[in-house]
Amino acid sequence: MAGTNAIEIRAVTKRYSERVNVLDGISLNVAEGEFLAIVGPSGSGKTTLLRLINRLTEPTSGAILVSGREVRASDPIRLRREIGYVFQGVGLFPHMTVAENIAITPRLIGWSAEERAARVDALLQLVRLDAKKYRARFPSELSGGERQRVGVARALAAKPKIVLMDEPFGALDALTRAALTRDYRELHDELGLTTVMITHDLTEAALLAGRIAVIHRGHIVEQGTPRELLASPKDEYVRQLVETPKTQAARLATLLRGEP
Amino acid sequence: MSFDPRVQEAFARLPDYLGSHVLVSVTALLLGLAISLPLAVLATHCRYLRNAALGFASIVQTIPGLALLALFYPLLLAISALTEKLFGTGFSALGFLPSVLALALYSMLPVLRNTVTGILGIDPAVKEATLGVGMTRRQALTMVELPLALPIIMAGIRTAAVWVIGTATLATPVGQTSLGNYIFTGLQTQNWVFVVFGCVASAVLALAVDQLLALMESGVSARKRGRILLGGAGIAAIVIAALMPVFARPAATYIIGAKTFTEQYILESLIEQRLRAAGLSARHRDGLGSTVIFDALKSGEIDVYVEYSGTLWANEMKRSDTKSRAEVLAAVKAWLAEKYNVRLLGELGFENAYALAMSRKRAEELGIKSIADLARVAPRLVIAGDYEFFARPVWQSLVQAYGLSFRERKNIQPEFMYPAARDGEIDVISAFTSEGKIKQFDLVVLDDPKQAIPPYDAIVLLSPQRASDEKLIAALMPLLGAIPPALMREANARADGQGGASSPDKIAGWLWEKISARK
Repeated sequence: MAGTNAIEIRAVTKRYSERVNVLDGISLNVAEGEFLAIVGPSGSGKTTLLRLINRLTEPTSGAILVSGREVRASDPIRLRREIGYVFQGVGLFPHMTVAENIAITPRLIGWSAEERAARVDALLQLVRLDAKKYRARFPSELSGGERQRVGVARALAAKPKIVLMDEPFGALDALTRAALTRDYRELHDELGLTTVMITHDLTEAALLAGRIAVIHRGHIVEQGTPRELLASPKDEYVRQLVETPKTQAARLATLLRGEP
Repeated sequence: MSFDPRVQEAFARLPDYLGSHVLVSVTALLLGLAISLPLAVLATHCRYLRNAALGFASIVQTIPGLALLALFYPLLLAISALTEKLFGTGFSALGFLPSVLALALYSMLPVLRNTVTGILGIDPAVKEATLGVGMTRRQALTMVELPLALPIIMAGIRTAAVWVIGTATLATPVGQTSLGNYIFTGLQTQNWVFVVFGCVASAVLALAVDQLLALMESGVSARKRGRILLGGAGIAAIVIAALMPVFARPAATYIIGAKTFTEQYILESLIEQRLRAAGLSARHRDGLGSTVIFDALKSGEIDVYVEYSGTLWANEMKRSDTKSRAEVLAAVKAWLAEKYNVRLLGELGFENAYALAMSRKRAEELGIKSIADLARVAPRLVIAGDYEFFARPVWQSLVQAYGLSFRERKNIQPEFMYPAARDGEIDVISAFTSEGKIKQFDLVVLDDPKQAIPPYDAIVLLSPQRASDEKLIAALMPLLGAIPPALMREANARADGQGGASSPDKIAGWLWEKISARK
């Protein structure tokens, strides 16, 4: 795998105050084209870990490499323009239309108006929104699911190789969420992206990702394929974590068979 | 049916007053915005700066508008003196500059507060997104934060505009012509039509600008470009229409100053009419405080005005002794020429000395004829003076000579002092011997047997650079020695007597007829 890592996190520690290490000597690699889910409870440091990658936060110690380059040596603005970023709040710019929102990063890096218009239409199609109908709408005129689709389109606008997602679909209803995660997974494969997604929902992670890393109290306690984690968790916290979806699945299976 | 002549006259002055008012307000507002907007943006990044800036602006807001305007005069005068020393050029510390600076400061708070609130109030998710999509700080500010905060910023600008337009009426006493000239002149000459006219005019202007800005604000919020343009065009139209007469006006060669009372307005108009009759262009600067006006003459910001010998004797020369009229005149003339190169051209012929006055009835009841009589019962009485009286040396001199001590001392606007004395609300008031109101309100002037009050001959002063201006002097010569006390008193009575039905301009015309007839 060496040499093909899209992201390398090397012994990173992040401390906000003297006493508490939010991240405590974490190391983690993400291969090119991989879909990695980072799962952990609130306050486990998972959001901090993600924000280190596009330099929205700086580590206290350790190094982060993106495409083989230390991020500390890169201009943070350029770095962010090259990495897609989707988060739960979406943060669409309310005074801009859907088209303007999607085209923002291409505009920042100087694409022409024609290139941007073509890109907007292509992306709207990609996230399954009717370009004609949605282009000129404002965010206030969209449903929650539509907003998040536009958020994904915006993150992909400047053709990034890496996409970071922070609980992207957490605020959506179950149906919309299922549709969006499925659609995104297709995009990931189609465009050959490297995706790091944060979630506290192990089921979502298991259904989407190729690999799951579980983070707890600033440490990565276990990582592996969804199958490995579900079948034979080694860590006590991970064991508890997989228990709920497994019982639920078993219960559902019983119900489907028509038993009480 | 015809309009009150005062209304017509008020309208005749409107282009000048409104134009100056708009010019000073717009300049102040633009300067205020140029300072507050960048400061507010910086303040959103730094808590200390934010607290400091908002705190400062709040403190400025608590200073009364008039005091703030007045504070800038001595400050600018000192700076002007400094630049004069350092670079050889000073600047005018009177009128436009102090008004603009004070009003700009006044406009800061609403703009600062709303801009800071608007930017800090932006949804944190939107702020996160500006970083996530790779905006620089400047891009985040110009592409997202300012556009989103704009409706709130516009609301702040609206408030600032209304404040500035309203407060600009107070720029009159520091020598800036504004709609306040109606109010201050009207108050002095009991011309209530003027007072109301000035209030209405500034209110209409403020409301119109407020509504046009509101239109722009709604255009900004609703993203309707048409409304923004319409509002902007409306404001531009008001500004251009109001400023036309200001720029079309020929540059006046001679500026005549006047203090804040009726007699001064009449004499200012008289001098202005004489200069115009002599083919000189002239303009006036109303309502200057008595220290401000002398400073303005020394520095050449005004060219000519009427002063009173005793004022200079006591306030400027700091003399506390009292001499004869001729001796005081000679001493003042020599002192002015030697110290400031100011020329005392001559006296007009009447005195306007300070005096103590009482209602005739009250004086008779108490058996008071002179200040010496007054001193005996003074501890039971209430005295009122204008804003300057008790700070003047003449008051010290009276206190020392007669041992005066009153139960209570009040400062009241002169217009309200006379009726209060007549109605017995106040026992003794400060007055001026040439005033028409003394007769009008049936008051008596108390004798000054110890001659504690210095003589106050009305004298014409010329600024250093006009000291030997032949044309100016030729135009003024016919006035010297031409106004006996009775004539001046009658002129003053005409202005005050008929509820201010006659304007200073008309009375000055009448006065000139009388002067010409006497020759």
